[in-house]
Order: sequence, then C-alpha cells, then structure tokens
Amino acid sequence: MSGAVLDPKTAPLFPIAAKTAMGDAQMRKNVRHATDVIQAKRARVVAEMPDWQELREAGRQIRQHTMENLDFYLEEFERNCTRAGGVVHWARDAEEARRIVVELAKASGSDEVIKIKSMTTEEIQLNRALEAAGVHAIETDLAELIIQLGEDRPSHIVVPALHKNRQEIREIFQRKMNLPELGDQPHDLADAARIFLREKFLRVKTGVSGANFLIAETGGVCIVESEGNGRMCLTLPETLITVAGIDKVLPRFEDLEVMLQLLPRSATGERMNPYNSVWTGVDATDGPRVFHVVLMDNARTEILADEEARQTLNCIRCAACQNACPVYRQTGGHAYGSVYAGPIGAILTPQLQEMHYAQSLPYASSLCGACYEVCPVKINIPEVLIHLRNKVVKQNTAGVAGFFDVEATAMKAMAMVFRSERRFRAAQRLGRVAESPLAGKDGWIGWLPGMLGGWTQMRDLQEMPKETFRDWWEKRGKNGN
Amino acid sequence: MATDMVTNSARAEVLRRIREAKGGASSAEAALIGWDAIARQYKQAASRTREAVLDLLEDRLRDYDARVMRVVEAEVGAAVAKMMHDHGVRRIVVPGGLRAEWLSGEFEFVVDEGLSAAELDGMDGVMTGATVAIAETGTVVLQNTAGQGRRVVTLVPDYHLCVVRVQDVVETVPEAIARLEGTADLATTFVSGPSATADIEMTRIKGVHGPRFLDVILAG
Repeated sequence: MSGAVLDPKTAPLFPIAAKTAMGDAQMRKNVRHATDVIQAKRARVVAEMPDWQELREAGRQIRQHTMENLDFYLEEFERNCTRAGGVVHWARDAEEARRIVVELAKASGSDEVIKIKSMTTEEIQLNRALEAAGVHAIETDLAELIIQLGEDRPSHIVVPALHKNRQEIREIFQRKMNLPELGDQPHDLADAARIFLREKFLRVKTGVSGANFLIAETGGVCIVESEGNGRMCLTLPETLITVAGIDKVLPRFEDLEVMLQLLPRSATGERMNPYNSVWTGVDATDGPRVFHVVLMDNARTEILADEEARQTLNCIRCAACQNACPVYRQTGGHAYGSVYAGPIGAILTPQLQEMHYAQSLPYASSLCGACYEVCPVKINIPEVLIHLRNKVVKQNTAGVAGFFDVEATAMKAMAMVFRSERRFRAAQRLGRVAESPLAGKDGWIGWLPGMLGGWTQMRDLQEMPKETFRDWWEKRGKNGN
Repeated sequence: MATDMVTNSARAEVLRRIREAKGGASSAEAALIGWDAIARQYKQAASRTREAVLDLLEDRLRDYDARVMRVVEAEVGAAVAKMMHDHGVRRIVVPGGLRAEWLSGEFEFVVDEGLSAAELDGMDGVMTGATVAIAETGTVVLQNTAGQGRRVVTLVPDYHLCVVRVQDVVETVPEAIARLEGTADLATTFVSGPSATADIEMTRIKGVHGPRFLDVILAG
C-alpha cells in the first residue's frame, strides 16, 4: 500500500480496509503501545488541572461563538494580517488552494520548500501538486519525514508515524539517508534527522506551514510544535506560505489562554509543548520578509450549514479521540482512507466529501462515547455520528431506490413489530423456532444467513432464552416466587 | 494579476457561503456581545504564595530536562559563568540590550547584529532574558525586544541560557497571556524545556532541531 495517498474518493469501504489492517499484527502492536502511552500521559496532566471541565466548557463556547461569527472574524483577521504586512488569499476548494500555493512557491524562486507538519496540506495533497510543478517539498517534522522517506501514509493526526516502531524507522533512515551503521535507539534516529535536515533549514528559502490558530484581533498566527522544526520553517526562510482552513480562526489573543491549556495536554500529554510560535505579518528584523496566508473553505461551509453537525468544525486537531477510540486502537489510521482517522475522521471526512464518499465511516464506531469524554472542546462525536448515519440512510433510500431497499424495509417491519405487544410476542416465538436449526449445543449461534451474517462475522450470538422475561413475570406467583 | 481576481471572487464566494450557512451576516456588535457572554469559570488568578510559585516553576522546568539555578540579582553574572563552565561553552551570542551586569568577563559574548543562520550555527550557545515565565507549565516566553532578540537567535545555537527575573514569573497561563496582551503583535515564542520529540514509539527524546540544552537562571 506504500506510495499511495489517502484519498476518501478512492479508498475501500472501512469494514473491508479494517479487515486487512487487523491482519497486520506488528502495526496493531505499535498502535496499541503508542496510544496506551499517550493516553496515560494525557490522563496524568489532565488530572493536575482542577478546572479542566471549566476549561473544556470555555473551549467549546469559544469555538461555537467563532463559528456563529465566522464571517466577521475572518474579515477581521484579514484586515489585521494585511495591515501587519501579510498577504491574505482565499480558496474555495482544495484545487484552488493548491494552485495558489504552487504559484506562490514558484514566484518565490525556489524549487524546494521546507514544510511544517500540517493536516490541512495533507488534506489537499499539496506535496503531489508541488512535485508536479517541479517544486520539491521537504517534510521536517520527524514523523512526517519518516512517512515521506518511507513512502508511507500518515495514520494519526498528531503522531503520523505511530504505526511504525524503531526498527522499522531505522531501516527507512538507513536506506534513505545512506547510514548503514545507524543504531535503533530513538536518540540515534532523532540525531540522524537533525543532521539530515539542518543543512536544508539553512539553505531552503521558502517555507510552507499550516496553522493552529489565526487570531482575528491581532492578525497573528499561532503554531504549536515540539521539535523546533516549526520554528526553523517560520524564521529562516525568506518567504512563508501558511495554509489554513477557515475554521482555524480565534476571536482574540486572550482566547489563547484557553486553547494553549487544552491543546498540549490533550494532544501530547504535556503541560505545554516545547514550542509555541505566534507571529503577526512580517517584521523587518525578524523572520520571513514575505508572508502569505491562504484561507481555505474546501467544504467547511457545508458543515457550517448543517446545524447538527456544525460542532465538527470546533475540532482543534489534538487527536485525543483517536487515542481513546476502541475502533482506531484496533485498526490504526489507514483503514479510514483519509488523513483524518479515528472518531473525528469518521465525522469530518464524509462531510469534507459532502457525503458523496466515505459513507462507511460514520459506522466505524461502537458509539461508546470515549471520544466525547476526552474531547477538549466537547464535540459530541457520537451525536454527530448518528446524525450522519441518518443522512447516509436518507441519501441511500431516497426516492424509488428506498422502496426496494431491503434494509430499509426490514427496519420498517421491525418498527411495526415493536409498536404492538401482540406482534412482539409473536415475533419472539417465531424467532425461537427460526433460530433452532442454527444454534449449537452450547446455545451459541456462529452463523446467520444473508444480511444478518454481518453480526456473526466477528462474534457469536447467544440463542434466545427458552422463556422470555414477560413469560416468567406472568407465571410467577403473587408473592414473587 | 490574475491571482488577485481569482482570490477576490473566491473571497466573495466563501463569505457568501458562510453567511448563507448561518442564515445571515455577523457584525462587530454581535461578535462583541457573544464573546463577552463566554463562560470563563476556569482558574485565572494565582492561588499559591510567591515562594510556592517559584518552587513550582523550578520543579516544572526540571521535569522537562532544563537545568535551573536560583540566585539573587547581584549573583547572576557568577551563575552565568557557572552554567557556561558546566556546559563547556565559551562563545555565546547575545541579543542587543541584554543587561551588561549579567555577562561574565571570562567568556566571549557576541552581540547579534543580524548574524546569518550559518554564523549562528557556529556559536556555542545563546543567552537571553525573558518577558514572562509560567510556573504551572514550566514555560519561558520570549519576544522580539531588547535582551531577547530575533527568534532565530534562540533557535539555531544548540545551547540556550535564559535569565528570568522573579518579578516576571506568574503562576497560570491566563496571567501570562494578560501580561503579553500589550505586545501581542511582537514575534513571540513560548519555550517549555529543550526541543523534544515523541514521534518514535512515544518515547520523549530531548533535542531535535531547536536547542538541545536549556538552562534557566531565576534571578532576584
């Protein structure tokens, strides 16, 4: 699968991709280990905060307020960023965003760009577009470098190479950096990346980044990171091009006091990540002389228009939901067929595809609610999942197709049965008769026919009890015997 | 230029879509009222004694692999000499405007007057002050001002020695943000420990691209 990009338009259905992924024992072990470690770290630093729930609530309200006033805050950001010497561009979709960045990169006179890890540029497959235009993009985040050199695909929002272990990473670096003697200790690998990239930081004149927050009040941009590769890309190049979804705006500088507490603790389990950079436009004495920001819609306004799903846009990309998700922890990220995997990916990806693709993703959940519990801005992911399942069903059963849809007909029949006690009892009797040839001696059913087979594909079903609760209740004596 | 026309119509279209999605345009007044109504019940002010705040900062800095020394203001020069000696650095870059009495005579301090990245790469380290430090998170905040300088100066050298005055130490993140508000448009970097990564099996490794070593002197 290496080399291919994660594209929801061409990705296989989640249940099919998940089944393949489940066969990769090494990957599953790596994902389990990494998510266990990160969850334990998060739990420890969240427990330190007696006001964590109040912070989450403030985070939720700030994000909701921002979406309600998105047009105002984007225009305010544009005004202030422009005044500070930045150039603001707008892009309706991925294609337009790619074209703008490619044009700007070429105009900067560089045939190479250094890049900060950015989910937004992954979303629009920017690197391929740059390569096609003769501009080589160099990923500088350690995990992204591992992915790029290994011709792999990201599997996690914050730690994109968490499906790889140190031996696998060593093998990639040995091969691609020509270091046959390289050790497999994490610090050996980090040192190799430091030496490999330093020359590029000092040489390449154009940087490309995403953004964690755009501050409307000041026109500033904030990026949080750990390694210092972000700071390198933000300060050493002559030209900086930042690509941000329109959802990344934050009303005021003061709001950072909430986000800078929620994000690091949720994302990497640190009280604060090693580096946060905030810059505003251009500064004649400090950093790039030319600064561009591309504000991209790419279906975000579609999500905004759906009141029940709008909270999807509140996401600050911490990936806590991925680490907590019992589905993601089993399948890893690639099965989602999107750079946004896990619970947030299950709601974000189909909506970014305007519900035309990735329709199996809202079903990639047991609705256990672990994602909601850890979300720093309280996105009710299970609620949105159900809403989107509803949308998928409506879409697939609209018009004549719905009339002949077996599942929809079955659901309608089921509803009819549940509405009447008489019909319900009859159905129970019928069920006991119908299942009797399928049940084994131990009382378990290992195989169901037709559409029902989905249930027994991965687990057994216990046969119905000989006596129902209602039967027992009616038979029992007055004194409860 | 063609791009301007494209971006202008894209701008109008994106804003139109947003307004349509929300059922109308927002205004400065609506934004102001809505923002004021956001519930901020989280902890904003300090709750510890000053001594406990300084202890906490020290503890949190150490927890993230920074070395810390606490000295009275008059002993900063001696502390700088000790830190530099322990770390084995001799030639250090300093931004313009750093207090002269903090510098120790036995070492070479090169004032940054627009040094190139390659020149900075050749330095043993960098020494700066700080605008504010946050105890709860073990963070020092640097801005492009006298004694702190350009962002690149504290990035390329491998060793960063930072002098934090005790009056600039706050307990919480909201206190720090309040202090930074007046100069929010300056290039600002929050530094919490040396550069690090956990990208390999979630094992925290100190030192990738930024300075691999951070020493902090708490003065006053």
